[in-house]
Amino acid sequence: MQSLSELVKQAESEVADAPDLASLDAVRVRYLGKKGELTARLKGLSALSAEERPAAGQEINKAKKAVQDSLNSKRDSLQRESLAEKLRADAVDVSLPGRGVGRGGRHPVSRAASRIEKIFCNAGFGVRTGPEIEDDFHNFTALNIPENHPARAMHDTFYFPGGNLLRTHTSPVQIRSMVNEGVPIRIIAPGRVYRCDSDQTHTPMFHQVEGLVIDRGISFANLKAVLHQFVESYFERKAKLRFRASYFPFTEPSAEVDVEWEEGKWLEILGCGMVHPNVLRNSGIDPEEFTGYAFGMGIERLAMLRYGVNDLRTFFENDLRFLRQFN
Amino acid sequence: MKFSEKWLRDWVDPSLDTEELAHRLTMIGHEVDALEPQGLGLDGVIVGEVLDVQQHPNADRLSVCQVSTGSGDAVEVVCGAPNVRAGMKSPFAPAGTRLPNGLKLRRSKIRGILSNGMLCSAIELGLGDESDGIVELPVDAEPGQLLTECLDLPDYTFDLDLTPNRGDCFCVLGIARDVSAVTSTPMKGPAVKAVPASIDDEHPVELVHPEGCPRFAARVVRNIDISAESPIWMKERLRRSGLRSIHPVVDVTNYVMLELGQPLHAYDLGLLNGPVRPRLAKMGEKLTLLDEKEVELLPNTLVITDDSGPIGMAGIMGGLSTAVTDKTTDVFFEAAFFTPEILAGVARQYGMHTDASMRFERGVDPVNQMRAIERATELLLAISGGEAGPLIDNSVEVHLPKSASLVLRKSRLDRVLGTEIEAGQVSRILNDLGLETEPEDDGWRVKIPSFRFDIDVEDALVEEVARIYGYDEIPEATAIGETPLATATESRIDLEWVANTLVARDYQEVITYSFIDAELNTLITGEDSKLVLSNPISSEMSVMRGSVWPGLLVAASANVARQQDRVRFFEVGKTFHGSPDKPVEIVRVAGIVLGNVVDEQWGSATQAVDFFDIKSDVTTILGMTGASDEIEFVADEHLILQPGQAAKILRHGELIGFVGKLHPDIARRLDLDKGVLLFELDAEKAFAANVPVARTVSKFPTIRRDIAVVVKDEVTAADLVGAVESAAPELVRGVRIFDIYNGPGIEAGLKSVALGLILQETSRTLTDEDADTVMSAVLRKMQQDFGAELRD
Repeated sequence: MQSLSELVKQAESEVADAPDLASLDAVRVRYLGKKGELTARLKGLSALSAEERPAAGQEINKAKKAVQDSLNSKRDSLQRESLAEKLRADAVDVSLPGRGVGRGGRHPVSRAASRIEKIFCNAGFGVRTGPEIEDDFHNFTALNIPENHPARAMHDTFYFPGGNLLRTHTSPVQIRSMVNEGVPIRIIAPGRVYRCDSDQTHTPMFHQVEGLVIDRGISFANLKAVLHQFVESYFERKAKLRFRASYFPFTEPSAEVDVEWEEGKWLEILGCGMVHPNVLRNSGIDPEEFTGYAFGMGIERLAMLRYGVNDLRTFFENDLRFLRQFN
Repeated sequence: MKFSEKWLRDWVDPSLDTEELAHRLTMIGHEVDALEPQGLGLDGVIVGEVLDVQQHPNADRLSVCQVSTGSGDAVEVVCGAPNVRAGMKSPFAPAGTRLPNGLKLRRSKIRGILSNGMLCSAIELGLGDESDGIVELPVDAEPGQLLTECLDLPDYTFDLDLTPNRGDCFCVLGIARDVSAVTSTPMKGPAVKAVPASIDDEHPVELVHPEGCPRFAARVVRNIDISAESPIWMKERLRRSGLRSIHPVVDVTNYVMLELGQPLHAYDLGLLNGPVRPRLAKMGEKLTLLDEKEVELLPNTLVITDDSGPIGMAGIMGGLSTAVTDKTTDVFFEAAFFTPEILAGVARQYGMHTDASMRFERGVDPVNQMRAIERATELLLAISGGEAGPLIDNSVEVHLPKSASLVLRKSRLDRVLGTEIEAGQVSRILNDLGLETEPEDDGWRVKIPSFRFDIDVEDALVEEVARIYGYDEIPEATAIGETPLATATESRIDLEWVANTLVARDYQEVITYSFIDAELNTLITGEDSKLVLSNPISSEMSVMRGSVWPGLLVAASANVARQQDRVRFFEVGKTFHGSPDKPVEIVRVAGIVLGNVVDEQWGSATQAVDFFDIKSDVTTILGMTGASDEIEFVADEHLILQPGQAAKILRHGELIGFVGKLHPDIARRLDLDKGVLLFELDAEKAFAANVPVARTVSKFPTIRRDIAVVVKDEVTAADLVGAVESAAPELVRGVRIFDIYNGPGIEAGLKSVALGLILQETSRTLTDEDADTVMSAVLRKMQQDFGAELRD
């Protein structure tokens, strides 16, 4: 008869050789099953004397445990392998594109406008809008643009029969807001504006943002501060500004603002000034009690600078290949 | 406005280089558009004196000249200019010199005679683009002197973008005043010498319309030399200031206009018929102008007339009939003050814009006319000789602008600027600008000089001080003060949020023009727009859009033409309705989709978009309002949508928009052969929102029961869902349509609709009996209303 240790060795060797769970179970039955070899040895204990029995029994149980351990560990390993194989079969090419609807994008002008609004709203400005078909009073007269000012020339303004016009700037919203809401007031007014001009650097429709702040004690120094902060916020960098004297009929003093784009290279970005006392009076506000500033900027201009667009006209060609760059 | 830097420096000469001077001008409001260097590349060119001129032995048109270069022997030069003559001084480029056009001169034989250089014309020197011979230099030019020295070179042309309020700066004098103030450099402008009359001749002027022409200074100059030519220095200054030399008399008037800002006109005295009268034109009168164009005059136009009728358009352009010509010997000078009011808009209505009209419209100094004529006389006599008559100031004082004064309060100045400027500095700045000041309690009384038409309020003085003080010197200060918090409304969905939702659903935002082609607008909206522009850029942009769809369709079509096979656009913008006098503007959100539902993808079947894809986009954005149950999609007809795939969208029964498939006929016309789907919503009505009201969520389980009924084709899904909801309003939590079937087993004209009902009670668990009761009620209702039959 084989020694117990040889039997264990033989069992372990068969366990090791078992290729799958079924053959492994056959090994288990062969040694540990009801009729298994080790089970038989246990049954054979009865043939031994009472003195020999405990030690021999202990030996057989030890052998059974060894075989059982080896079976368990082999089973675990076979199960792990089988799962791993299943998962391997399930593997995908993770570089393949995903499924489902994609994402579109905002127009770069809207994207810029939305940032500009956010910057000013964070500082307590409200957003106002006004009609795009305006009357002469709101677009010109109330803004202190006298009857024969060059800006009224037919080559600038789109007119309708009867004298109404397409607003040439967002400034009429100043007047409407002051009249409707009174002062103090702190608003911006973004929107479409129209000029009868079309060439490489002009489109007949474009967008402006108007800003207006009227309160007691508002000064040019405040205007300088807010615009400097705006430019730095919009371009997300420190910026050097210069304020140049200029002329707008509705502000006094008036200024144009340049930003230093590269060393020594100044780019004009907006116009501004202190609201002209006549404009305040036209809106029923006492210029002795209240002062204020106003500014106006072209959104396309700011979008071009921000995103490196060099042809204004591309904004309105709506070419998907152009627009997708801003998504 | 263009002018020569050297000319300006004759009037004021600050110790700044050209760049710095340009910078200062830009900062005080006279933006320098361009700085153009003059007289570059003339280093080797000197003054030559022509000592002798002989006919070239071998060529009719050439001369052989002996030219003195100031030192050494005279050199022999072959010259082809018709105007070369012994005794004249002219620019001479010795052999070896490189001219501005790059040509290097060599000593070479011309028709057998060795030429040692070249006598030069203006073109060859880069000093102009026309010439009728070699340049004649002043008699006092030194042979051998550098030409650049002789011509006051190098120089720069400054091109200023002047603001319309500063009419006074359309001349060297005006610019000089501002430069003087900002650089604290005193003016040294050439004093104008009065030219005494040497003859008594006058020509009568009658101010019959003094409201428009309150001053008409005039002078007769007789017997000028018709062979005289404008001197090179004057030609050069005019050229460097953007004007061509034409004729000594014309050059003199232009020169004075550029120098003093006063437009002058010179008539050929011999061609005048009777007294000169500035008056309004009469209907039907015609006038041929200097540029030989005939205009029909309008009665708002001030004209200069004599007994023959109009002889000039006042302040705009002179007439041809009395113009100075090569044969003119007697000249009549006009220096008038036409009011800005009488000239406003007049030139423009004739499509004209002249150096004179630009200045008069903005306002010329009403006391500068005499000085201008004195200056012109002085210059003309020096060039062409002649005898001057007395200078006559015809004027009607009462119609001339009055001198005005304004008070500038120190407190106002400091308050508007937000900084304190020292009082002494304020008055110095004002005085330097020619504004006289007298101290007052809180500031100054400031006399506004006659040449400033733009200072009409106290704050204009604030601006004057600020721009010379320097905007850059004013500190920045954040305004103190609280603004009341604004309402963050929930009763309206922010269109920004709608836009971003569409973006998340793969829409690309576009911006299309608000004005579109009239025909396209009519095609799509079904009516002619009444909002027609009087002066459109083009016919494709002539009426205000009544819908966003035309713009989207055109944009989509253009992209399809650029090989894009999947387009999904939206736009948020206004549409325009009503009439020009009563316009109505409506903000709309509109979209267009064509191509496949998703981009081509390895693991998805390709499927073209259909009605239900775009409807889902629409219901999603409308659902943001929390008011989905107020919205209905009702089959409707629409001019450009395909019948059977078009719906009007109602909210509480009110029309808020349309959705549907583009009619194939229209699609073909727009080169859109794929299925195109569109939606358009009135933002005002569509995006009013309900603030959510929370209800307790039921703890009890739901029961789902399905039912399939056979109904006629006309019965809509909305009908059946409505029936369910009305049959058991308390217990139905949701209805899903999970199948629509027509085919074998279902009669033609009928369809089977399968609905899943989600039932729930808030206070207890529903029993099967409860559900059975509901389902019987639902079926009964469907049978009653639509003759529905339960499908087996």
